[in-house]
Amino acid sequence: MKILVCVSKVPDTTTKIEFTDNQFKADNVTWIMNPTDEWYALVRAVELKEQHGGTVTIINVGGAENDQIIRKALAIGADDAVRVNAEPTDAYEVASQIASHAKEANYDMIFTGKETIDYNGFVVGGMLAELLDLPYISLASKLDSDGSKATIEREVEGGNEIIEVSGAFVVSTQKGIAEQRIPNMRGIMSARTKPLQVVEPNGEGALSTIQSYELPPQKESVKLIDAENVGELVKLLHEEAKVI
Amino acid sequence: MVLVYIDNSEGQIKKASYEVAGYGVALAEQMGTEAVGICVGNVANDALSTLGEYGLSKILNAQNEHLNYFDSQVHTKAVAKAVESTGAEVVVLSHNYNGKALSARLSARLKAGLVAGAVELPDTNNGFLVKKSVFSGKAFANYELKTDKKVISVNPNAFGLHKKGGTATVETFDAGISADDVKVKVLSVNKVSDTIALSDAELVVSAGRGLKGPENWGMIEELANTLGAATACSRPVSDVDWRPHHEHVGQTGITIRPNLYIAVAISGAIQHLAGVNSSKTIVVINKDAEAPFFKAADYGIVGDAFEVVPKLNEAIKAYKASA
Ligand SMILES: Cc1cc2nc3c(=O)[nH]c(=O)nc-3n(C[C@H](O)[C@H](O)[C@H](O)COP(=O)(O)OP(=O)(O)OC[C@H]3O[C@@H](n4cnc5c(N)ncnc54)[C@H](O)[C@@H]3O)c2cc1C
Ligand SMILES: Nc1ncnc2c1ncn2[C@@H]1O[C@H](COP(=O)(O)O)[C@@H](O)[C@H]1O
Repeated sequence: MKILVCVSKVPDTTTKIEFTDNQFKADNVTWIMNPTDEWYALVRAVELKEQHGGTVTIINVGGAENDQIIRKALAIGADDAVRVNAEPTDAYEVASQIASHAKEANYDMIFTGKETIDYNGFVVGGMLAELLDLPYISLASKLDSDGSKATIEREVEGGNEIIEVSGAFVVSTQKGIAEQRIPNMRGIMSARTKPLQVVEPNGEGALSTIQSYELPPQKESVKLIDAENVGELVKLLHEEAKVI
Repeated sequence: MVLVYIDNSEGQIKKASYEVAGYGVALAEQMGTEAVGICVGNVANDALSTLGEYGLSKILNAQNEHLNYFDSQVHTKAVAKAVESTGAEVVVLSHNYNGKALSARLSARLKAGLVAGAVELPDTNNGFLVKKSVFSGKAFANYELKTDKKVISVNPNAFGLHKKGGTATVETFDAGISADDVKVKVLSVNKVSDTIALSDAELVVSAGRGLKGPENWGMIEELANTLGAATACSRPVSDVDWRPHHEHVGQTGITIRPNLYIAVAISGAIQHLAGVNSSKTIVVINKDAEAPFFKAADYGIVGDAFEVVPKLNEAIKAYKASA
């Protein structure tokens, strides 16, 4: 089984979000591997390899500072990695760079996380599938494969669907598909010598640009209602908030 | 022309589709053009004509046996064909489960700039700017689209339902899909029966570890029932299987944007807030006045959930009876 896992680097959730000159202020930020990429996409890919044999390749589109998270992915169990040396400005640019690598390499499966926690796109997997003309199953919470046929559970509004796919596909992953793995010492040691290939970009550029950022308006402080007077809350929800 | 994607399941139009119909119509008015719907699936013409109430004048109905289940690859081809035949400049979809997959694929296929998860109508006064929520609800970004064609997926509940009155004509549309196009097979669809789907619920009642055990969720379900709300929970609660996994909201669960989110006995950790902080109104019920959730709340009650929730349920019942 030949599997590609797309991983991105994002600011940790607890980061205070600030902007200077309409740019995300990246000082003092703890960068992490995007949670769904690390816990779900990567771990399920490694489990499938352990079960059936094959290889797990990591791909990231980004600068040299991303090598740190790529090494972590190798420590968790991937075999090798590709970094496309570009500073992407939108999801299309990312997808196009990954597609130009994947076109040649003939992967059986391509895993992504469900969304990045910075730009919250939910986009790269679908774009990639379209560029490669492959099926795309989003929000998979279970996935089994024998190498030629995969059975996938995906979430839909108010329930789930069980889907069968033959041949190559792209999948976005979420909770349920695997459990987080903490890299062990042996993994960390071996990650240092696993191949990490850096390639220059040859995909297409962005289709959109971010013109400016805004912070949400300061929330007014909470209106406290006496526990003995819940009727007041109902009144406020109806008359002031107009939500019931 | 603005083309609106009408998402559906098992022959039924999803609520989110009425919302994006209104969004598409408002955008078309702004652009001085017309909005048309495209429905890919097996929805009856009569049902589709009700979309006229939201201002759509025409719906293209693409039906054939290969389109009954949603498959992003096949549906992308069908919608792209409708874009071609109508000459649409903008495609509008809901940023719901299907819409997320479809909008991404359409953007790549049409080389159309995409805004995934718009929270407002575009600003078309000077270029084409669309606001979207980023950093898990902690900020917004204004995306500029300069491509000839554009795709916008709209966050559920961000625009709301806007009825205008009117009827739509429904035209059969040949999407040109054959058996060869279909690469995935849906083996089964399992819906959790007779509860409101959390992902597009307008009202949500949610509870956390403070409730101590699954046996105490009766009062949460009752309150949800009285309100007509969906139920949700914090991560530790679903981790220990007090509640089903699909109810877990937050960074690692699902993101929701209801009009009203009532959080009972949830501390309000940042990873939890990431899934709910775009809710229009947040009510927090917690016995600890220092719980961080109060900082993110609009209304709060400091008190014991076991006393407050049943009282609130009665008060809402009384309000409903008098309304
Ligand atoms: C990487 C990461 C990702 C995470 N993702 C998520 C996520 O997606 N979603 C999520 O929810 N969490 C997530 N978490 C966990 C999160 O950090 C918190 O631990 C979790 O949200 C706490 O759940 P809780 O509020 O139900 O429980 P607690 O923190 O235990 O809070 C219980 C609350 O109930 C109150 N309480 C107790 N008894 C009563 C009573 N009788 N009446 C009223 N109030 C009462 C207490 O005062 C307290 O505030 C994540 C954590 C990490 C590290
Ligand atoms: N720069 C990147 N390099 C590699 N993969 C990425 C990158 N950005 C996003 N991805 C993948 O695409 C998924 C969805 O990202 P997004 O569309 O930005 O929400 C992520 O979970 C990753 O798996």
